[in-house]
Amino acid sequence: MLSILRTMWTILLHTFHRRETVQYPEETIYLPPRFRGRIILSRDPDGEERCVACYLCSVACPVDCIALQATEDERGRRYPEFFRINFSRCILCGFCEEACPTYAIQLTPDFEYCEYRRHNLVYEKEDLLISGPGKYPGYNFYRVAGLAIDGKDKGEAENEEPPVDVHSLLP
Amino acid sequence: MNEIIRSLIIVVGVLVVMLSISAGLIWLERRMLGLWQDRYGPNRAGPFGLMQVMADMIKILFKEDWIPPFADRPVFVIAPAVVVVTTLMSFAVIPFAPSIGVVNLNIGLLFFLGMAALGVYSVVLGGWSSGSKYSLLGGLRATAQMLSYEVFMGLSLMGVVILAGSFNLGDIVEAQRKMWFCIPQFIGLVIFIIAGFAETHRLPFDLPEAESELVAGYHSEYSGMKFGMFFVGEYLGITLISAMIVTLFFGGWLGPVLPPLVWFLLKTLVFVLGFILARASLPRPRYDQLMSYAWKVLLPLSLLNLVVTGGIVLAVG
Repeated sequence: MLSILRTMWTILLHTFHRRETVQYPEETIYLPPRFRGRIILSRDPDGEERCVACYLCSVACPVDCIALQATEDERGRRYPEFFRINFSRCILCGFCEEACPTYAIQLTPDFEYCEYRRHNLVYEKEDLLISGPGKYPGYNFYRVAGLAIDGKDKGEAENEEPPVDVHSLLP
Repeated sequence: MNEIIRSLIIVVGVLVVMLSISAGLIWLERRMLGLWQDRYGPNRAGPFGLMQVMADMIKILFKEDWIPPFADRPVFVIAPAVVVVTTLMSFAVIPFAPSIGVVNLNIGLLFFLGMAALGVYSVVLGGWSSGSKYSLLGGLRATAQMLSYEVFMGLSLMGVVILAGSFNLGDIVEAQRKMWFCIPQFIGLVIFIIAGFAETHRLPFDLPEAESELVAGYHSEYSGMKFGMFFVGEYLGITLISAMIVTLFFGGWLGPVLPPLVWFLLKTLVFVLGFILARASLPRPRYDQLMSYAWKVLLPLSLLNLVVTGGIVLAVG
């Protein structure tokens, strides 16, 4: 009997406690920069697409929501012909971001992308591409990679030695 | 002629006020539960979420009112009305203020107990006519629980009757001018509150509807406004028991400064909040605990209370 009264008294004291609810549309909660929300495709500092269409994100995706087609431009840079993410399937696991070798695909702290029609949740490349480098400023894959493209031959990348002439006997 | 109009106004007034209170209690309960659980509850529709009541009403009125094919149709339809009618009938004998009351029965208390007993039929018939095992189990529990708690609900009030020397609720209130009966009849008060909880099958004594065990108990098969009627009946029951506690133990309309009706409503509100607080804080007892508690503890206690009160009144004169 006494424990019942004590319980009721404890609950009554909760009248003066702070309420835990966040009044969402008016107040918003703090989302840390690494929050896994809406997916974007970033550009390198020169304003070119970072994505090299390696398909690793598509392979890593556990719900198969990423579809893309690789192609190559006249300078020898690979890029996706189309890049499509179906957000009605996406579970925001972030595996695509982990798999990406060029920091192209990134998750952002934004979850407010509801739609009334389901097919509006299928984002094409122009919806996904942003104008900046996202979370990794200053990184340009083609400038650090050994791959030869138009305007940058082998050995010309940052921190890269000139290629060894294997036919020469000189040390 | 004036008398007739006056009593008609009182009848309609009591009816309207009680029904709107029972609707408003849904909002009040949700807000208070929210407060005690450190959240807000409904606060979107209208000021303080008050329009939530309207939204709930519109929703429940427009829901499909489905009668399962395996149900006993006429009984199924009547059952939810019974609880509302009997509870509203009980309000007839409650004196809200010295001259505000529908009837001034000299057996008012007995009338209340009789109506409370009739209310059991609603739950029993509802559970039985649904033709579903969960409803039947809920109805079964309700019968046993309400019948056994009714026994000493009546007995616990006899102390008050002895002290006041009348079954008339108005006289009982008047008899509390010197001292509210909650002091000399403290045991009676505690027993009556417990029995009142069981009688309205509110938490923590909501075993007839125990969501975690019986789907929704006796009203599992009900939908639409029939389901709503059970809820209106439940909230009316809370108001009724609170009003009875106030009338019998806390001096009804008696109180300084404020007008009698305001005192009555304020005291009733406190006990309604008590009902909600109990729901917010207490767990449901096991069924056998509930029954053994009733028969082994509360019944002897209320008999003892009756004997002691009677003895003292006899001795003092």
